[in-house]
Amino acid sequence: MEFLLNPWPWYVSGPLIALIMALLLYFGKTFGMSSNLRTMCAISGAGKFSDFFKMDWRDNAWNLTVVLGAIIGGFIAVQFLSNDSGTHLNADTISELEAFGFSKPGTTLVPKELFNTDAIFSFKGLSLLIIGGMLVGFGTRYAGGCTSGHAITGLSSLQRPSLIAVIGFFIGGLVMANLIFPIIF
Amino acid sequence: MAYLKYLLVGIIFGIVLVKSEAVSWYRIYEMFRFQSFHMYGIIGTAIVSGILFLQLSKHGKLKSKKGTEIYVIEKEKGLIRYILGGTIFGLGWALIGACPGPMYVLLGTGVYAMLIVIAAAMLGTFIYGILKDKLPH
Repeated sequence: MEFLLNPWPWYVSGPLIALIMALLLYFGKTFGMSSNLRTMCAISGAGKFSDFFKMDWRDNAWNLTVVLGAIIGGFIAVQFLSNDSGTHLNADTISELEAFGFSKPGTTLVPKELFNTDAIFSFKGLSLLIIGGMLVGFGTRYAGGCTSGHAITGLSSLQRPSLIAVIGFFIGGLVMANLIFPIIF
Repeated sequence: MAYLKYLLVGIIFGIVLVKSEAVSWYRIYEMFRFQSFHMYGIIGTAIVSGILFLQLSKHGKLKSKKGTEIYVIEKEKGLIRYILGGTIFGLGWALIGACPGPMYVLLGTGVYAMLIVIAAAMLGTFIYGILKDKLPH
């Protein structure tokens, strides 16, 4: 059982993520998580403001069901399939993040300095969560997909637009982690 | 009951993303600092496996549940929307340490702050919907 409870190696995890894509294609659907944001906008009545959201959300109910499953899966994984091994990060990563003021990097999935209650109720913390969320929501729809739709599905089907999008993902991520983090933390 | 299979796929997805540490904020930071192979290994083997699966399907070895051909819809041609939209998403991905799948998975692990992130992501998608026709694509 220990191999199940420990973090899974990348060469097991990667093919399993491809299996998720394969199962959804087998069911006649696609692997694209960011589409759910558009569906949830449509359910919330965004169709009154833009034709982009005039859609029958029931057509995407299957994808919202995947979302519900993902939430349950996250719960199951931490409650029943985890031990306290933590994430084995590079020593440089740990010391850099400690210098930014993050305590005990890797012992949890996310830093409490960004996601715990104190962070939510601080101006800086709340701003970062909102700005980050908006960048993700705007960017994925502008690019027409996220990691699942472009990086996994798009690159697996050898599509040039997805390669361009993934290059964009990395430009943005590299700029944030290397140039902007030293300013904001 | 037709939805049960999607629920199960979602559950497997959530478990795999937690156990692979792909939902770890720290792993995303580490990836964008080139300090670990872990995330590149996950994404790389996922793509290689995906290519193999789609090539097998293409050559008629695998069919969908309904017996039809398995294929991925072609993305529209373009440059600006992909590079610009991709970069904007990347900025958010590194900051939040989660893309649109992991956001929900992390919510399930008990990171309730993700509710704020998800609401903000919906707002971002809404703003795109409003500005869509004015943006270069």
